Amino acid sequence: MNAADATAALKAGFASAILEEKEFRGELSLTLRQESLREVCRHARDELGFDYLIDVSSVDHFGDEPRFEVVYELYSMNDGVHLRLRTAVSEDACELPTVSDLWPTANWHEREVFDLMGIRFKDHPDLRRILMWEGYPYHPLRKDFPLEGKPSEVAGLAFSDVAPLAGGPFVTVPTDGTTQVREPRARHAGTPPVTDKFIEEP
Amino acid sequence: MSDQSPIAYDSKIEGNIIITKLDAAVNWMRSNSLWPMPMGLACCAIELMAASSSRFDISRFGAEVMRFSPRQSDVMIVAGTVTYKMALAVKRIWDQMPEPKWCIAMGACASSGGMYRSYAVLQGIDHLIPVDVYISGCPPRPEALLDGLMSLQKKIMGEHSVLEQKKALLESL
Repeated sequence: MNAADATAALKAGFASAILEEKEFRGELSLTLRQESLREVCRHARDELGFDYLIDVSSVDHFGDEPRFEVVYELYSMNDGVHLRLRTAVSEDACELPTVSDLWPTANWHEREVFDLMGIRFKDHPDLRRILMWEGYPYHPLRKDFPLEGKPSEVAGLAFSDVAPLAGGPFVTVPTDGTTQVREPRARHAGTPPVTDKFIEEP
Repeated sequence: MSDQSPIAYDSKIEGNIIITKLDAAVNWMRSNSLWPMPMGLACCAIELMAASSSRFDISRFGAEVMRFSPRQSDVMIVAGTVTYKMALAVKRIWDQMPEPKWCIAMGACASSGGMYRSYAVLQGIDHLIPVDVYISGCPPRPEALLDGLMSLQKKIMGEHSVLEQKKALLESL
């Protein structure tokens, strides 16, 4: 079986669940309806042999609706086949059914998605933060969260502060200049390189 | 007796007796057997390991006994990026170290956050614990660590712990 066979099998069984099929450089992605995510995953695991969930990741399309997208990377150990499943999540609901009962590895991946993007997973056995600490009030990988962070404090446990960016984040551009020109102390994306002096820190 | 030479040797007494001050003797012993608590958090830890290996050999300065128990260590070498999540563990281990204790911030990240200007990274371990010696570099070479260690030894040689205890005792009476 290859990825095309798997896609065809899924399309035959779940025609109404699949919103879009995309191929890019030999990699197949299926966009699914949120309601049928678990059924499709269960079928892919039990009938099509996708016994390994490589990764669960999330994308923030800030400004679009639905805002979030969660991506599941499936792999079949026996056939060596990859398959990518995507599903959209709206900002209002911000919730998806868990697949951690199908692939136990999804447990921590979903915790990471919850921690950094703020998407909750329904019926997850242990939905705690995994990288930030309990009580941290933000979800730092969202596009509207600033890179330098926000101050927060959980008394007796942890705190965070705003990092001094000093005019950064710094952007290097390809140029044949010296290191000073290539990597100035501070330069915003788009501003042209200054030839022979440092830019003052703001 | 100068701070540079902690002991006075009188050749007429043939080496059986050495005259010194208690502070100087204590400092001499402390500074020449600094047991490090290796707080290796990132790539600086690799240089820390190199410093303790044969080519650089940190044992020449009496600091080869890397203790993984904070209760047996004298100097915490914070080597690497301190994330906020790790920072509290670093602080806890620091609190478990017995006095007297010193801290070396090794490398750009431990000193100032380095290139990690981000929500996840503590901008310098001195926000949490007092630092005696900062070592620049990303990562610093083992020679830089040895130089930092020698600076710390010099600093320890200038301490007056017994004298200060005496003063505090006299003031309390």
